[in-house]
Order: sequence, then structure tokens, then C-alpha cells
Amino acid sequence: MKPDIRVALVGNPNTGKSTLFNALTGLNQKVGNFPGVTVDKKTGIAQLPDGRRAEIIDLPGTYSLYPKSKDESIVFSVLAEKGSALTPDLIVIIIDATNLKRNLLLYTQVADLKIPVVIALNMMDMAAKANISIDIDLLSRRLGVPVVPVSARKVEGIDDLKKVISFANKHAMQVDSIDVHAIAPALIADISNEVEVESPYYALQLAHQHEYLNFLTPAQSDKIEELEKKHSFHSQKAQAAETIARYNYINDVLYDTVQTPETAHEESVSNKIDHILTHRVFGFVIFMAVLLFMFQSIFAWSEYPMSLIEDGFVWAEGLLRGVLPAGPLADLLIDGVVAGLSGVLVFIPQIAILFAFISILEDTGYMSRVTFMMDKIMRKVGLNGKSVVPLIGGFACAVPSIMSTRTIENWKDRMITIMVTPLVACSARLPVYTLLIALVVPNKNVWWIFNLQGLALTGMYVLSLVSAVIVAFVMKFILKARERGYFIMELPVYRMPRWNNVLFSMYERSKAFVVQAGKVIIAVSIILWVLSSYGPGNRFENIKKKYSQPQYTQKLPQADLDRLISSEKLENSYAGVLGHSIEPVIKPLGYDWKIGIALITSFAAREVFVGTMATIYSVEGDADNITSVQDKMRSAKTPEGKPVFTLAVAFSLMMFYAFAMQCASTVAVVYRETKNWRWPAAQLVYMTLLAYGAALLTYNLLK
Amino acid sequence: MTLSQLEVGETGIVKEFTDLEMSVKLMEMGCLPGEQVRVCRIAPLGDPIAIQVSGYQLSLRKFEASTIILQ
Repeated sequence: MKPDIRVALVGNPNTGKSTLFNALTGLNQKVGNFPGVTVDKKTGIAQLPDGRRAEIIDLPGTYSLYPKSKDESIVFSVLAEKGSALTPDLIVIIIDATNLKRNLLLYTQVADLKIPVVIALNMMDMAAKANISIDIDLLSRRLGVPVVPVSARKVEGIDDLKKVISFANKHAMQVDSIDVHAIAPALIADISNEVEVESPYYALQLAHQHEYLNFLTPAQSDKIEELEKKHSFHSQKAQAAETIARYNYINDVLYDTVQTPETAHEESVSNKIDHILTHRVFGFVIFMAVLLFMFQSIFAWSEYPMSLIEDGFVWAEGLLRGVLPAGPLADLLIDGVVAGLSGVLVFIPQIAILFAFISILEDTGYMSRVTFMMDKIMRKVGLNGKSVVPLIGGFACAVPSIMSTRTIENWKDRMITIMVTPLVACSARLPVYTLLIALVVPNKNVWWIFNLQGLALTGMYVLSLVSAVIVAFVMKFILKARERGYFIMELPVYRMPRWNNVLFSMYERSKAFVVQAGKVIIAVSIILWVLSSYGPGNRFENIKKKYSQPQYTQKLPQADLDRLISSEKLENSYAGVLGHSIEPVIKPLGYDWKIGIALITSFAAREVFVGTMATIYSVEGDADNITSVQDKMRSAKTPEGKPVFTLAVAFSLMMFYAFAMQCASTVAVVYRETKNWRWPAAQLVYMTLLAYGAALLTYNLLK
Repeated sequence: MTLSQLEVGETGIVKEFTDLEMSVKLMEMGCLPGEQVRVCRIAPLGDPIAIQVSGYQLSLRKFEASTIILQ
């Protein structure tokens, strides 16, 4: 159903824009991409009081219409493009009442585009607490637009805002802020003659941004360029003049409408917290403690739900076994699909907990303090304080984190961040690590509070960060800088996390993981089952013949015989042949051909390793004895009768997964972000070499 | 005197900038000529710094602060 009105939501970062978006649209939203670029586009439907439906588009947060990063460049192009599927009828600009001055800069720019605007004045309760009194009616009259006080957090004023949206004018009523003509009178006049513009400010913006706007024809863009030369237009000088004029106007408006207490120097709560959290000693100690707590919790809190899921699958396998007639179809469903799925779904609790932590750290404002503390170190190794967020996000998944590097303005810093982010231990490695650690590391405490398994996992995570830093340091000398970088960043005040947003992010990320990884895993599981259940030529028949001879049938009990047959069948299947063919390469790392199969299949996605292990050992094991993957692997024996998964093999595997790229989605996203195959190719090569070397070293040290 | 020379707790008034490119970004963030700035904190490793300006806290590197000339 087509929406009746399209509303663009714009605002500064940290103003509660996404909270307002969630409050307006509820769960009725979807995430996509803006056409042509890989910036996340969130749209949702809000039901208006008059029965109409409004489509709300959440635009990236920005301080001004002049973009400083790729994300921000979307804002002007969506607002400016006429007649597209996204062209808004109305703009809702969210403004932080505690920080009116800086927030109004973006408002005056947007208003001057002469698209109808409504102001949602957020955080009125915080402003009241800080004794800031705002004459809302006067502010609304001065600006000529509706001003609706809301509290996005407490879901207050949302109905009023919806009412105002439904009453909104088709025509822009806002009062002119500054004399835009005065900035470049002749140029604005000339551009208005060339291109259809709705306001002088629109023409001026075209002069600044025409190179990046896809909706202009090359001829139009060239013409604007020519006009700029003719009038010797200097973009930065014009921006500086405009910004000063706008702040003069804003100071004027605020002088009449807002009373701020003089004694604002009293130390705020936020500052007191900062004294501790960014303290030169405690700051880093607390940061390390937060990370350690996070990873210990991921283990501890997920234990119970994980065992529930595991038991559920064991129960389902048994049920299916009983219901389905025995045969290839039952085997495919149970040993292939269900076994593969269970290996993956079991990690939902861990992923949800990880994302809960990340969203809490971002929501509270702690993440920007980490950026602030780490900038100097990060710069030494060729990164940027802002690289901390993608790197920490990399603990969850490299794909969104690589996309989030778009907030890094500097090209070189951004490239290095992209190159090292996949080294950070992502959630897809978590299943591999937890499985292998549970297999070889005893579950007991040392020094009362440190759990050995938790320590091993923390170690893997710390190693991933250290390796990312070292690689970044090397790349600092390889890459050449294109422009200078800067680090001008808002430190938002500390806030309580919004639990709704936390829950929402847990749900959204887990769902994305299940849907995206699930598809790959089901496909891989089916292919793998086929490959491991059938063999080339008449090898399978020969095995059957061999074991039906009396020297076997008479001497061995039926159960042992079945196990011998199935393991010899696996070895002679297509998968076994494939595994055997790479065995010479992986033998030095301590792996057998079965692990070789898992290495090949998990090339698409690391977590497939677990599903593959489950499938391989299900195919091999006898069907009546259903146990979890972990038990199957623990009882796995080499032909000589020794356990396959020794400490050396398990850690060698963990090292391999720590460094190897093993993720098709990351390769794809790096290509999308860099627009050049050389970047993902270089990344794949260096990571695979590193993985092989580290695994080789580990195996030989622990053997 | 530049912003980077202020100690923690000291205030100053912005006079002008030595770097046009940086000044555009700084002014957008509310750091304008005539505006009062106060150094709130210095990061544990000595850089960047956090300043109070236009009613909120902004962090910037020492080098960037050195392009801001105070009255």
C-alpha cells in the first residue's frame, strides 16, 4: 500500500533520532540501502490520527548539510532530489533542547531549502533539569514552523507530533533565516537560470555539492562548475561566511526565546563520571574490565539457553527419526539440515548478549569516551580514534563494522581500518572458539574468579585486537595519505541506555544472523551431506561387498561392523576425496582430512565449521546414538586410536580461524566499500598466509 | 595564544583560525569567533582534549586546538 505522505527524519547525531524513529513507527520498519550507495536506509510506517499513513525515512545523523563523510552525503541528496521514490513531502527535524544552538544550525540550513519542516524538540525534561527555559510558542512564531515538544525516550508527545505531521502544510511556511543571496549573488542567479531550483539556498548547495549529486546530468554539473570558475567561487570561504551568518541569526533568535542559567559552570554529573571513566589509570583498567566482563558474561549467561536449544534439537532429531521412513530423505533432513542448523542456532543467545552489550556501550555514551582515550594510541599505529568503534563492532560482525568505517573522514585511516577489522574476533568465530575451548580447556576456576575457559576466550579476543594493531602499524608505512585527517567529535552526556533499543538491536541482529547465515548453512549442509553420502565410481558398492564377506560378518558384532562401514564410506565419498586431496597442505597444522572438509566448507562463513563437524560426525556415527556435536568430536579417534582433538590441534584450529578470512560476506562488503578488487584480494592473501603461519607455529609448539 | 596552550579548567574566547579547512568544521560544531571555550579534560595519554563550547562537550586533537587563536 502506497503511503499518503513521505516524511524525512533529520537531526544531529546523539539527539535521540533513532529512538524517535522507533517511537513513530514501532516494529513496523525495514532496513535497506539507499539507491546506488551502501548506506543503511531505515524506513517505517507511522499511522496518523486522521487515518492516513506516513512513510518515515530515517536519514543519517549530521551536524550540517555539508557532508564530512559518506554517510552524511546522503542527507542532502535525498532532500534535494526531486520526484524520486524518496523525495520527502515534509521534513521532521529533531532538535536537542539542551543544545539548541548547535542543533539549530542544521535546522536553518534545512529550512532554507524551502521544503515544509516541523521541529520535534526532544529532551525537554533534561533541559528543564538544567534550568533552561524555552518559550516554545515564541520560538515557533519566530521560525514560522510548528515546534512540538517530545520525549522520545519516555514516548511522550509522539501523538502530538503525529497530529502536526497530519496537519502539515504542503507549502513551506518557514521564515527566511539568513540572506543567502549575499553569499554569492551572481553565482546563485546564474545557477537558478540553468537548473530548476526552489530556493536560492538550493542553488548555493548545488554549487558546493554538484560533483556528488547523481540526479544532476553531467552537462548540468559541468555547467555549474563553469559558472563557479566564472564567479571565482571558493567553497570553503563561502561555507565559513554562511556558518557565521547562521550562528548570528541563531543567537538572535535564542536571545529572545531561551533563558540559560548563568551559573552553568557547576560540575555536571557527566563530568564527574568522566573524571573516573577517562582517568589516566582507572580509565584503561575500567575499559579492560568492561571487555572481560562482557566476554565472561557471554559464556556464563548463554549456558542455560544454549543447552535448552541443544536439547531441543536432539529431541527433534529423535522425533524426526521416528516419524520419517528410514531412507536417503530422512538422512538428508536429519543428518544434513537439522544437524547443520542446530550447530548454528545454538549460538543465538551468545550473539544476542554480545549485541546487547555493544548497544548499551553506544547508547550510554561510553563508546565515544573509549574513542577519546584511545585516539593517541590508535594514531600511532596508523588508525584513528574513530577506528575504535568499527574494531569493537568487529567483535560482533565485520560486515556492519566495515560499513561503519564511513564515519572516518580520512581515506588512509579508513582503508587501514577496513583492512584490519576482519582480524577482530567476530561472533562467527565465537561458535568455533567455544566449541574447541569446551573440548580441550577444563571448566574450572583459577584464583577464585577467573574461569579457565573464559580466560582462554578472552585470550583469543585480546590476540585478535593485538594482531589488528600490528597489521595496521605495518600498513601505515605501505599506504600513502591522500589528505589530512582530523578528529573533531562531540562527547555526548552520559545517559541511561534505552532498554527498548537494546532489546530491538538484540532481536534485529539475531534475526539477521539467522536469516543470512542460516541460508548459507542450510545450502552448505545439503551439499555437504550429498558429497559425504555418495562417492565416485563404484567405491561404495565395493565397501559393501568387502564387509559382507564372512571374515567380517562372522568375527565382528553388527554395531562395530556398521561403524567400520560408515567411516570407510565417508573416507571414500566425494567429500572424503576432497578432504584427502588437501591433506598434504594441512597435515603440518595437525589436521586430518575430516577437518580439511570443514576448512573448505567454512570458507563461505566461519560458523559453518560447527555445522560441518556436526554433519560429518552424524553421517559417520550410528543413528540411534544421538549426542551433541561436542560429544561426537570428543569421542572422535584417529586410525591409531588416539583422540583427534588434542590441545595442539584445537588451538592450531583456533589460530587458523583467528587469522583466516573465511567469510564471503566480508570479501563482498570490502569490495563494495572500496570499489576495487585489489583491496579484498590483498586482504584475503595476507590473512590466509598469516593464518597458516600462526596455526603451524601453534601446533608445533603445543604438540 | 592558542587553545592548545590552555590548561585544564582555563577559559578563553575564540578570536580567529589559522586554518580555513579546519575552521569550517570547527565553526559548524559551534566553535565560532566570540564564543567562550573552556578546557574540561585532557585524554589520559595527553591528546586529544575535551572542551566545553556552545553548551556541550567537544573533543579535538591538540594540533587542531592549535589552529584556534584566542583573544
